[in-house]
Amino acid sequence: MRWVAAAALIVLLLLPAVLNSYAVTVFIFIFFYAFLGQAWNIVGGYAGQLSAGHAAFVGIGAYASALLSVQAGLTPWIGMLVGGVLSAALGTVVGYLGFRFGLRGFYFVLLTVAFAEVCRIVALNTDAVGGALGYYITFTGNPRQFQFQDNRAYYYIALGLMLAATAVVAAIERRRFGAYLIAIREDESACEALGVDTFRYKMLAMVVSSFLTGVGGTFYAFYLFSLQPNAVFGIPLSVEIVIRPIVGGAGTVLGPILGSFILSPLAEASRVYFGQGGWSGAHLIAYGLLLIAVVLFLPQGAYPALRRLWAKAAPLR
Amino acid sequence: MAVGLTLIFGVMRVVNFAHGDMMVWGMYLAWLLATRAGVDPYVGFVACAAVLFVLGVVIQRVLVDRIVDAPHEMQILLMLGVALVLENAALVAFGPDPQRVRSPLRAATIWIGPIFVDVARLVTFALAMALTLALYLFLTRTDLGRTMRAAADNAYGALVIGTDVRRVYAVAFGIGAACVGAAGALVSPILPFQPAGGLSLSVASFNIVIIGGMGSLPGAFLGGLLVSVAESMGAVFLSPSMKELVSFSLLILILLFRPAGLFGRSAT
Repeated sequence: MRWVAAAALIVLLLLPAVLNSYAVTVFIFIFFYAFLGQAWNIVGGYAGQLSAGHAAFVGIGAYASALLSVQAGLTPWIGMLVGGVLSAALGTVVGYLGFRFGLRGFYFVLLTVAFAEVCRIVALNTDAVGGALGYYITFTGNPRQFQFQDNRAYYYIALGLMLAATAVVAAIERRRFGAYLIAIREDESACEALGVDTFRYKMLAMVVSSFLTGVGGTFYAFYLFSLQPNAVFGIPLSVEIVIRPIVGGAGTVLGPILGSFILSPLAEASRVYFGQGGWSGAHLIAYGLLLIAVVLFLPQGAYPALRRLWAKAAPLR
Repeated sequence: MAVGLTLIFGVMRVVNFAHGDMMVWGMYLAWLLATRAGVDPYVGFVACAAVLFVLGVVIQRVLVDRIVDAPHEMQILLMLGVALVLENAALVAFGPDPQRVRSPLRAATIWIGPIFVDVARLVTFALAMALTLALYLFLTRTDLGRTMRAAADNAYGALVIGTDVRRVYAVAFGIGAACVGAAGALVSPILPFQPAGGLSLSVASFNIVIIGGMGSLPGAFLGGLLVSVAESMGAVFLSPSMKELVSFSLLILILLFRPAGLFGRSAT
């Protein structure tokens, strides 16, 4: 397993040398969404708290670093952390309210959606951040402002983000913290009865997750150079974030990455093939069908299923 | 439409994210009937309700039935999948541009005392009231309606005394979908609609249902009134684009302090 991972990493590091610019872009999206999925995985996958408002954290992080960079000249390399901290602050508020008031399941989903929607509407109505027109960053190509002429720089940053988040998740899983989160997901009441401070660990999961997602917001802002409230705070982005770990396997270290490698190319392909002639919704139909199929047939996601297949194919190794 | 959602949730404790998208389909069906066959939406809503009833029963039988006992999260995700398919099928079929159904009633207006009312709104309101009342009577006065409420209260108990719970679920989901379809058709002459509106309609109806109280029919009705009054006040005092903010803030407050809603009986 370790050798496979090392080989995959070397391939990914060398890939930009042979890929054309378009393929590099596809990979950037694979990595970036895998990163966001991985961040969601901590609170949604391991702790089982289904947040459907993670777009809010992307948006806060993106707007924070973009505004700081354009208005105050602060380099996004630091703005990234500011965005992460602000997102974590929002995550703390949402988590505190949700967990302190004991909202579970569907009610928690609604709470997160409501917070994300409030952020979206506020951004839409605040002229200082561009309002409904959106906020634009002028491209200067200055690496200190997180801007690069070469697409491949973004490739390596996105890859780095994905690997860093995966390392965080792997570390969490190995520690007692990860075991607590899984226990909370499986049976919160039993967990509490055994003396685990479930509130504290859920909060911690939420803070880590929202911090990472907020950091991702900076990448979003300085890769796309335009921020639209409807896109960056909207429900569709939250769906994009949630669906990859679910399809790949929520609550596993490699699930979000696998999910992103399945879904991002699928989305891209259907956009290319069906993008014309009013078929613009085709990739979301595919998402929907896939989501239904996963819930009905592979409720744990693709990664655990693959593992079982692997174990069956090579029983004694 | 909130009435439809509360029925589905009340009876089955299944959260229907596809609700708004079903409503959008109801609107488009009314639009098709009006433009292709010349049927006025105020007549055509019956057909829309029938089509969505079938759609609802099919979704229930083929999809939801398999996972009624699964964790809540799975159902949310399943319905999210259904919502994505419905919404984008509408996008592919009808295009992204907003549509509106023309009804001859739309042009007519009357004066009631000092108030100037257009007839289309009045008819929509009256028919919606009538439908709600009919549904209420159905649930409280007929055998099938009573069975539904029984299954909602205690599915296991209902099963023990010989109720075909799966059939009740299917009918409830169908009726819920039919209500939404009828509601969609009824508002189609008033509100312009587009495929992308589905998700926000879903959220709006959750709002109404939660505020009114999950599973409570009068609650859903009052919740609808409350949300629309609060939204119009927000539109007047803040700005028209901020009115959604009011209802979402309201939702957050209600979720925190009165999660069973204002008229609901028990939390979660």
